[in-house]
Amino acid sequence: MSKPKFKNPVVKWIDYRLPIFTFMDHELNHYPTPKNLNYFWNFGSLAGIALVTMIITGIVLSMNYTPHVDYAFDSVERIMRDVNHGWLIRYIHMNGASFFFIVVFIHIFRGLYYGSYKAPRELLWILGVLILLLMMATAFMGYVLPWGQMSFWGATVITNLFSAIPVVGESIVTWLWGGFSVDNSTLNRFFSLHFVLPFVIVGVVILHLVALHRFGSNNPIGIDVKGTQDTLPFHPYYTIKDLFGLGIFLTLFAAAVFFFPNFMGHPDNYIEANPMVTPAHIVPEWYFLPFYAILRAIPDKLGGVLFMFGSIAVLFILPWLDRSPVRSSQFRPIFKIFFWVLVLDCFLLGYLGAMPAEGIYVILSRIATAYYFFHFLILFPLLPYIEKTKPLPISISQPVLSGSYTAASSAAREKK
Amino acid sequence: MFFQSNINRNKYFLQNIIFLFFFIFPNISFAAGDAISYPKNDWSFSGIMGTYDRASQQRGLQVYQEVCSGCHGLRLVAYRNLKALGYNDEEVKAFAAEKSVQDINEDGETIERPARSSDKFVSPYPNDLAARAGNGGAYPPDLSLIVKSRSGGADYLHALLTGYKDAPSNKNVPDGMYFNSYYQGNLIGMPQPLYEDGVTYADGTKATPAQMAKDVATFLAWASEPELEDRKRIGISVICFLLVLTILSYFAMRQIWAPIKSRAKKTS
Repeated sequence: MSKPKFKNPVVKWIDYRLPIFTFMDHELNHYPTPKNLNYFWNFGSLAGIALVTMIITGIVLSMNYTPHVDYAFDSVERIMRDVNHGWLIRYIHMNGASFFFIVVFIHIFRGLYYGSYKAPRELLWILGVLILLLMMATAFMGYVLPWGQMSFWGATVITNLFSAIPVVGESIVTWLWGGFSVDNSTLNRFFSLHFVLPFVIVGVVILHLVALHRFGSNNPIGIDVKGTQDTLPFHPYYTIKDLFGLGIFLTLFAAAVFFFPNFMGHPDNYIEANPMVTPAHIVPEWYFLPFYAILRAIPDKLGGVLFMFGSIAVLFILPWLDRSPVRSSQFRPIFKIFFWVLVLDCFLLGYLGAMPAEGIYVILSRIATAYYFFHFLILFPLLPYIEKTKPLPISISQPVLSGSYTAASSAAREKK
Repeated sequence: MFFQSNINRNKYFLQNIIFLFFFIFPNISFAAGDAISYPKNDWSFSGIMGTYDRASQQRGLQVYQEVCSGCHGLRLVAYRNLKALGYNDEEVKAFAAEKSVQDINEDGETIERPARSSDKFVSPYPNDLAARAGNGGAYPPDLSLIVKSRSGGADYLHALLTGYKDAPSNKNVPDGMYFNSYYQGNLIGMPQPLYEDGVTYADGTKATPAQMAKDVATFLAWASEPELEDRKRIGISVICFLLVLTILSYFAMRQIWAPIKSRAKKTS
């Protein structure tokens, strides 16, 4: 590869000693990207932009926020009422969390549909799941900070989960709280952690990108790039496509921030936290509802906690659960159907998480939970033995169909 | 050929996402709310262009002042904020001066002085316990965020204020409780606050309970969301800007990708 020629003498001088411009030119400009990516590949960059938006608005908010049980609620209201455009910053941050999760969930389901977790991208996927976990922890602690009723009771319910751990559970909960109930020390440490964890996420995102750039993006047909005829330089082809996607994303985001800012929140969180009054229904933020449904589906407390964390844990080992050498669902007719069943299952779990844990909802939660684990633990490993995949194209630029299932898959197996 | 089919599918997928976003989430949030539904009113501040009806806000302030403020505080709103209702500095000052607040003078002595524009609305009770004790154990909530903190918002408030009925014969109403068809459990500690001509409006509007409920709900909606008018106004400009940006970037994308797409068509 020829070294890029920078015209600007200052850039040249710096680049000779510290080749950051060469690096950026290589990774953001020439970076070869499969030419057949569809709009689902926009969501990675959107997630990155959402993260940066959250960090910037969060830093500004922290300048006006007071992490104390007596002042937290009022300091947030002061931001909403008296800080210049404070309402804008806070509504961006509040809705930004929801949009971040929407984008990341779509990004994850895209990975599932097109088999982006398969060799050689296992670590890329695992880092992604780690980011999801960190995001969940950060979002949970952030929701506590306004110190409304849902903040307080959500924090109480979720931290109490750790009491299910045998023997040391109670001590762990006391240690997490920094006292004998969710109180000022809990709020303080949550603020501290909510501030620092996003920067940990940035670190893992950088690793995620390093892992991504090692082999480049997967693509809708899921076969490896065979040469330069299959790729395009990232700039301008994907920078402009990402910009277009960003435009749509920001339009929807702005619609929520400016016209329905409290739509995805809970009205009870505009009531100041009161340890003496329990709300009628304690519901977490919508993005936790599927996990909350799994938690409540299991009749045993410890079991519920294990299954809830298990629902994330199975994602970590997913690259080894799925034995099929074919990545993209486009060539896996049965897998494709089950993929959409999984999507529906997750929506169903989300719906059930918002429902009271009684009657038919409990039964449905159990069925939906059972399906979730069936999908990952049984279906994924067994499907390759049953499924007859469609013939794979030879390359991205030559979508000529050739060979049969056996030829394609045995070829893929031989490579290992 | 290959790209063509891809593009069609993408459009379909994008529609799906938008569909899911707008139709699945409302279901979830509705489901999380209470089963009671409230009659829908036509609020001046609803819709993306909505603004608060100034005359209604001012009447609402009068209702709050004469009817509600005996028990309910408005602690997050400052007197200076009333300028947003169309009052001038002098009017706000005079309004504030009617109330007195505790302060400390230069000698460190506790004094009572007339409230200033910069003061927050003076609450009727010094603390929650006093508020409870003064109302037979029922706590009259502060109204600063009442519209935002109840599902149904202003419609809920309107329904509640006009929802006092004679209790059905099978319902036992204990002393100090009142029957309200829109309150959770139907038994509320607040006696019916609004009666025909309970206040006399300066602008001659007939003070029916429904009218007063509407006015005070408009006023309290503003107290909950004083930024609403700014928010919607800025929102429209932002959305317009983003739509232009999106459309321009779409055509720029089409142009940049044109040679790639035509090559792909030739080969397939």
